[in-house]
Amino acid sequence: MATIVSPIEHAVGPAHGSSPTALDRHDLSDSDLIDMYRTMLRIRRFEERVKELFLEARLYGSVHLYIGEEAVATGACKALGEGDVISSTHRGHGHCIAMGLESGPMMAELMGKVTGYNHGKGGSMHIASMDHGMLGANGIVGAGIPISTGAALGFWIQEKANVAVCFFGDGASNQGAFHEGINFAAGLKLPVIFICENNGYAQFQSVKQDLPIEHVATRAISYGIPGVIVQGEDILDVYGAVKEAVRRARAGDGPTLIEAKTYRFEGHFLGDPEPYRTREEVAAARATRDPLKIFGAQLQEMGVASADDLKRIHAQIDEEMDRAVAFGESSPEPAGSVLLTDIFTGADEHGRIV
Amino acid sequence: MAVVTMSQALNMALTEEMARDERVFLIGEDIKDSTYGITKGLWDTFGPKRVIGTPISEAAIAGAVLGAASVGLRPVAEFMYMTFMMCAMDQVVNQAAKSKYMFGGKAVLPIVYRTMAGAGRANAAQHTQSLEAWFAHVPGLKIVMPTTAYDAKGLLKTSIRDDNPVIFIENKVQYATTRDEVPTTDYTIPFGQAAIRRTGKDVTIVALQRMNEIALEAAEELSASGIEAEVIDPRTLVPLDLESIVGSVRKTHRVVIVHEAHERVGFGAELVAQIVQHAFDYLDAPPVRVANPNVPTPFNRTLEQLSIPSAAQVVQAVRGLMR
Ligand SMILES: Cc1ncc(C[n+]2csc(CCOP(=O)(O)OP(=O)(O)O)c2C)c(N)n1
Ligand SMILES: [Mg+2]
Repeated sequence: MATIVSPIEHAVGPAHGSSPTALDRHDLSDSDLIDMYRTMLRIRRFEERVKELFLEARLYGSVHLYIGEEAVATGACKALGEGDVISSTHRGHGHCIAMGLESGPMMAELMGKVTGYNHGKGGSMHIASMDHGMLGANGIVGAGIPISTGAALGFWIQEKANVAVCFFGDGASNQGAFHEGINFAAGLKLPVIFICENNGYAQFQSVKQDLPIEHVATRAISYGIPGVIVQGEDILDVYGAVKEAVRRARAGDGPTLIEAKTYRFEGHFLGDPEPYRTREEVAAARATRDPLKIFGAQLQEMGVASADDLKRIHAQIDEEMDRAVAFGESSPEPAGSVLLTDIFTGADEHGRIV
Repeated sequence: MAVVTMSQALNMALTEEMARDERVFLIGEDIKDSTYGITKGLWDTFGPKRVIGTPISEAAIAGAVLGAASVGLRPVAEFMYMTFMMCAMDQVVNQAAKSKYMFGGKAVLPIVYRTMAGAGRANAAQHTQSLEAWFAHVPGLKIVMPTTAYDAKGLLKTSIRDDNPVIFIENKVQYATTRDEVPTTDYTIPFGQAAIRRTGKDVTIVALQRMNEIALEAAEELSASGIEAEVIDPRTLVPLDLESIVGSVRKTHRVVIVHEAHERVGFGAELVAQIVQHAFDYLDAPPVRVANPNVPTPFNRTLEQLSIPSAAQVVQAVRGLMR
């Protein structure tokens, strides 16, 4: 259940009660719910494959996994509609999948192949697909905040009913860009939803060291916008809060800052020796905060899916991942001749009109 | 004397300077656990007031060192990738670089901005930039680019003891792969003294940082066909040891410049201008540059390699001059 920490007018959702209420499926149909489970599982399995392939040196680069945080991207993007957009982070695979990007071309991108979303020029940290409203993963912490604000500004100028969602980490909330972007968006009441994925760490640094306050969402108070905390492993909680924030944004009531309390199960990047936390801490999170297990149980409790239904979905996703890996591995490397293409639009690498 | 890696040499310099001068302190993101091992162990040795981990706030780091230097400290800031310095440019360029002059000479700002450049690790465009020319363009900043572990230690010590803002650029590929003999004793290397990595009479190759390895490789290949290249490593761009470079070109009459940064308005352009101005009558061929062909660094590692100067390209450039 969402907790309001910035009690601004039109604040999102009911305040956190002492005992959790019965499962709230909001406006989601059975097939919506199953679709969300499928997306979360797709993210989980995609990331597991990426890890395997990386360890076997079948893909390379700077790779940050989203395992443990799947409910945030999935729940948030489910609340979006046609023409809405997101900005993402260095930990962007989950956001991509939640926006409907396909695992095959994503895998190909991670392998630097020509069939990848960026034709092998971007890699893990830069996957983008304008067709899907995915404005780009990003190697610069906090950089997406002004960018999504700008997309919302564009919708505002064009008087479109669309919204922008900005995903960023707890660490990013300490960047100047965070303050500048949110303050600007709040001033114009732009249709943007800022979703902080507070996974407890910014690289090797605990959020406890980096943040002098307990919640990132509290910072909403200083921008005069609602600040909401959700449990990031509870997809229905995430969906409910984002749905309401999207409604507000479309209605012209401006941005919301949502903080999803989550946990990254894997290292900061592939190869991280993780000296900054204990195995026990990770094991405890895996046992109690696994969004996939939690949602699987919820679906059964609601009678939406049986254990057998879920098993079938698992088999389907496994096959999909086999296909994605095969697609990536069988795809060609880019030709050397493309090195100097794509620098400018309508001009060669020197900027001369062609 | 022991053979150590580039990152160990840097660690030695920091350790020794911190022990030598209690005004020296380190500040940056994740420097306690140290992503690349440069600051490893220093927090344990010197404690939390000498090794300060910060939130992800580059502008705050870059400005904080200016403020701390203003009240008598000698800070060493770390920006893991040079790319992240872009978030701190106001503090570096508008503040640290200019304060001395604007204040009529009153500010003394002994600041080291350590950062990391270079290509070759499939980190893609945002994490792979060599922007030394940007900083060299700005009056008030000294620019250091060590190539060997020995130089890294000596030059970092000189940087820390210098009373000006210094941009100290390391190369990420070299941290673990570059290793050479480094004394455990105290020594410094003066700024503005180029190193002649190889002597030769037929052509001068001026190479920046890791490109010296490429240049030496090319020189060996050229030597096999009777062309003797002189390889010069400027080591510091500001100040620049123009005498050594011009002296060499006057001897060889030909020059090739190699750097990882983009060719357009790269530091090579400055070198060519200086060489033409000071050795015009000695040149038998136009100076040429081998550099990144003005492209953001691609992720795909084959494409990435194509964007980095190679020994083969340097050989070809030299042969082009010998005709
Ligand atoms: C401007 C900038 N500074 C530093 C980095 C190096 N870096 C990459 S990810 C990261 C931690 C980000 O933490 P957070 O925002 O909490 O996201 P998380 O990795 O936890 O998802 C850091 C410091 C960067 N990419 N960009
Ligand atoms: Mg984090």
